[in-house]
Amino acid sequence: MVTVGVLGLQGAVREHIRSIEASGARAVVVKKVAQLDDIDGLILPGGESTTMRRLIDQYGFLEPLRQFGQSKKPIFGTCAGLILLAKEITNQSTVHLGLMDMTVTRNAFGRQKDSFEATLAIDGVADDYNAVFIRAPYIERVGEHVKVLATYDEAIVAAEEGPFLCTAFHPELTEDHRLAHYFVEKVKESKKLLQESQ
Amino acid sequence: MVNVGTDRVKRGMAEMQKGGVIMDVVNAEQAKIAEEAGAVAVMALERVPSDIRKAGGVARMADPTIVEEVMNAVSIPVMAKARIGHIVEARVLESMGVDYIDESEVLTPADEVFHLNKKDYTVPFVCGCRNLGEAARRIGEGASMLRTKGEPGTGNIVEAVRHMRQVNAEVRQLVNMSVDEVMTYAKDLGAPYEVLLQIREEGRLPVVNFAAGGVATPADAALMMQLGADGVFVGSGIFKSDNPEKFAKAIVEATTHFEDYELIAKVSKGLGEAMKGIEISTIQPHERMQDRGW
Repeated sequence: MVTVGVLGLQGAVREHIRSIEASGARAVVVKKVAQLDDIDGLILPGGESTTMRRLIDQYGFLEPLRQFGQSKKPIFGTCAGLILLAKEITNQSTVHLGLMDMTVTRNAFGRQKDSFEATLAIDGVADDYNAVFIRAPYIERVGEHVKVLATYDEAIVAAEEGPFLCTAFHPELTEDHRLAHYFVEKVKESKKLLQESQ
Repeated sequence: MVNVGTDRVKRGMAEMQKGGVIMDVVNAEQAKIAEEAGAVAVMALERVPSDIRKAGGVARMADPTIVEEVMNAVSIPVMAKARIGHIVEARVLESMGVDYIDESEVLTPADEVFHLNKKDYTVPFVCGCRNLGEAARRIGEGASMLRTKGEPGTGNIVEAVRHMRQVNAEVRQLVNMSVDEVMTYAKDLGAPYEVLLQIREEGRLPVVNFAAGGVATPADAALMMQLGADGVFVGSGIFKSDNPEKFAKAIVEATTHFEDYELIAKVSKGLGEAMKGIEISTIQPHERMQDRGW
């Protein structure tokens, strides 16, 4: 069985743990850097990206998280997690992990009163996925190696680049675990490849 | 199909705040300090609760200029307070685009019988509670987030502790009941039956529950997390302390790592004077904010 960690500094951690367990993997809350050695894949949950970045800096998580990604272990970022993964952020000079070749815009759909649910088609996952957008970002630009998985109103809201997966919406807030399952399968594959190469 | 203002979207917003600290601020400068320190949201108001207490008179919704100034200053969510039952204050805040409204007992109630029907609004609401009855009634009215009341503006944690323990004890009691006992429990608590059934089924409240009212030190914040709070509101505690920047950061750290005592010791060192506290028994009954709400 593979082990998936959920970065537990702040945000919707419990919900991700539940959907990982429902998808047949072991789930752990990651609060300390050393725990990264014990997991096969990592979820960066939804929350406040500004707050998460402060906490990532305070606990020296930034470099270890980048290295985790560079070692080709899968990372799945949802909402704030997507912002953490991006190489560029509109109107902002600081970027976070910079692992995915894309430009993202924060709070791109407006404030909380504009938050919404919509049905999406997600390439390779589902064609009737109920996606929950909360003060959500979207992806403005993707690099040539980034695969677009879903769009809403012409804005890119889900993408994949090698071991990295991201959504602007919150799959953890519904009972539909198909995206979590998709990620767990990615983690399984990557673990197999890493074991073979050793 | 696109839906705005659904329960999932409104409650989900509060889920994203979990494990975080929401700070009271009265201007853009304080809002920036709060954001910099790692607050997950700020509450924009005209006076912090301890100053409301001192000023006396009627406390109302903040001047929209203050709320607007704070909204323009930070990218984290901005909350604002409306008086209990004040439909128009709530609608005004909603029209301004605040991210969350606190129907708050810290302000002087506008209605001494009814709370807002919060299901009517697109913007989500947070409400105070001292026990499961209040919690369930507020959920029944459409609150998307709760906070235990404590006694605001006192810097005294005792009431916050009492309310968090009370709510959680009653949830545990409910979860262990057989279904045929729930209706009478609903009658005793004055709580909506369907909401209690749902809580019993899920084993917990269906919305996030933060602690509020009296948090004055990093250790206070960590204590509330240990008692089962999903996060912490800090009102007067931060900007009434000697060194707000340092204090705000320390509270955030203690909330994240509420079981790491060495870290809490470290962040608590040399913080300077915390806000001056008030012993609850010296507060006249009519000045107790926690008794507001029905």
